[in-house]
Amino acid sequence: MAVYKRTYHGYDGPLTAEWRRFLVLPRYAFEDMRKNKRFFNFLIFSFAWPLLCLAFVYLNHSASLLRMLRVSTPEILRVDTQFFLIFLGVQSMLGVFVAAFGGASLVAPDIANNAIPLYLSRPFSRAEYVLGKGSMLMILLSLMTWVPGLLLFCLEGNFSGWSWMWDNRSIAIGVFFGSWVWILMLTCQALAYSAWVRMKHLGSAMMFIVYFGSAAFGNAIDAILNTRWGALIDISSIMGCIWISLFGEDIRRVRGTPFFNVHGSGLPLWMSWAMVLLICSFCLYMLNKKIQAVEVVK
Amino acid sequence: MIELDDLDVRLGARPVLQKLRVKLTGRSIGLLGPNGAGKSTLINTLLGFHTPSSGTARVFGLDLLTHARQIRSQIGYMPENDSFIAGMSGVRLVRLMAELTGLPAEQALERTHEAFFYVGMGEARYRDVGTYSLGMKQMTKLAQAVVHGPKLLFLDEPTNGLDPPARARMLQLIQEIRDRGDMHLLLSSHLLRDVEMCCDQVLILKNGRIAAFCDLEEERRQNRRFLELETRGGGAPFVDAIERLGCEAAWSGNGRVKLVLPDGVEVRNIYELASKQQVQIRRMSHKRDSLEDIFLRAMEEKAPVATTGVAPPPAAR
Repeated sequence: MAVYKRTYHGYDGPLTAEWRRFLVLPRYAFEDMRKNKRFFNFLIFSFAWPLLCLAFVYLNHSASLLRMLRVSTPEILRVDTQFFLIFLGVQSMLGVFVAAFGGASLVAPDIANNAIPLYLSRPFSRAEYVLGKGSMLMILLSLMTWVPGLLLFCLEGNFSGWSWMWDNRSIAIGVFFGSWVWILMLTCQALAYSAWVRMKHLGSAMMFIVYFGSAAFGNAIDAILNTRWGALIDISSIMGCIWISLFGEDIRRVRGTPFFNVHGSGLPLWMSWAMVLLICSFCLYMLNKKIQAVEVVK
Repeated sequence: MIELDDLDVRLGARPVLQKLRVKLTGRSIGLLGPNGAGKSTLINTLLGFHTPSSGTARVFGLDLLTHARQIRSQIGYMPENDSFIAGMSGVRLVRLMAELTGLPAEQALERTHEAFFYVGMGEARYRDVGTYSLGMKQMTKLAQAVVHGPKLLFLDEPTNGLDPPARARMLQLIQEIRDRGDMHLLLSSHLLRDVEMCCDQVLILKNGRIAAFCDLEEERRQNRRFLELETRGGGAPFVDAIERLGCEAAWSGNGRVKLVLPDGVEVRNIYELASKQQVQIRRMSHKRDSLEDIFLRAMEEKAPVATTGVAPPPAAR
């Protein structure tokens, strides 16, 4: 029977499992994302670097191609920790743009248009709302960072053999966990700023201000006061420090990676972790304050 | 259906609801009160948006403190203010809400269209909600509230800002929902006429306390047994004769008699009596207390003391 011929009636059909209802939000967010041509094109562009790295790895093991290009393998193309750190650094910086442009539009319009009561009047919690909104960013950032990173690692392992994979397992660990630390921090910040300022353009701007501003401010403090504590407020330096440790490298040998250089001799590792925890906790606190079904005005 | 048990709600340090104790069993319940009486706070508390500072509430026998999620799965909520998701069409918005309640995507889309047909929204449902008129936004809010087939529907000021035709349409829809009988209604409004038209029980709040609780259906039934007569030639003998029929009657001067018909006595018996006593009945009215009278009296009276708690019986006169 045609829908319009039916009258309204109660629903007694099947229901989806409660645990996966939060996945409805990223599905709708992806549909919206597809409509935003500029953002979508940028996302496609962000896969150029992994493809280039893929080509490097292939080239590294293609003797005929190397001969043709007259390249001496060991000096120019080495697939090692530094290679993966550079890969992760570039992709993570692109991730800032994706989080800034994609993340800011996730929460701000809902709060600005008073849509939160619509979500929360259903069997749907605030945690599920944040998880649902954040999972869109987490999926996108995963596709940009650890997924291609591990694919590269597997490809190199395929060419170099099982022993290379085993000897360099810290790279896989570094790519996976390093990416996730970054993804979680970006997601928390994107959602929190978006919820805080309630305007998506301002939310995007906040992301850039925090990332580039904190780096500039941290460097200025170090230079003026001749100290190393400026690194504490420089998110890129904190992240560089954590990545180097996760990759099992020595900070005196590896100074970081493009966009994520460590200031001076760096700070103690625990301080970097503490800062990451502090930033994430603060963002979650802001989300908890701002994502409310009813705003109580004192 | 809804049971409030010494429910207290504080927002910050300010008590907003105090010692509410009542059992609401009607099919459609009106929530009346002046601005700031706590109507929306009560609805928000029942939805789990505010945590009671003491006491509790039960909806369909489920405790609010422990089963908020199950309660919300049976509730549809139409908020008072503008609530929509920017950049979404009406269909997408309502479908999203249906999916979040647990309907599979396909059924959600089907139900969305059913809900829109039900509220009378045509092709406009495909437009961005941000471009809707106020009336269309209200209908969309109603559609998203009923799309998952809730057992209880919370309507917070549903006729706010609507022009007369749109208001009439909204009230007609609410009456239809009430008469269908498969959904309970809790209608919050400060418009007495809306509540009178749509509800069979009314809870009147004042300063966060229960000022009155009345069963409109019972009121209507009693009103049918209540008569006010304007007579010529009537007097104490006529009143005595009426009382001998078993009626409670009172003479209020100027030929006016107020009486309550007991079971077994009909209006025809009064006419017969008047004819026997050669009394002319010039006017006969059934009306007793309107909701407005009840409301005004509740507003004038001091709110019941918190400890008594239990809602007063159907509006005392």
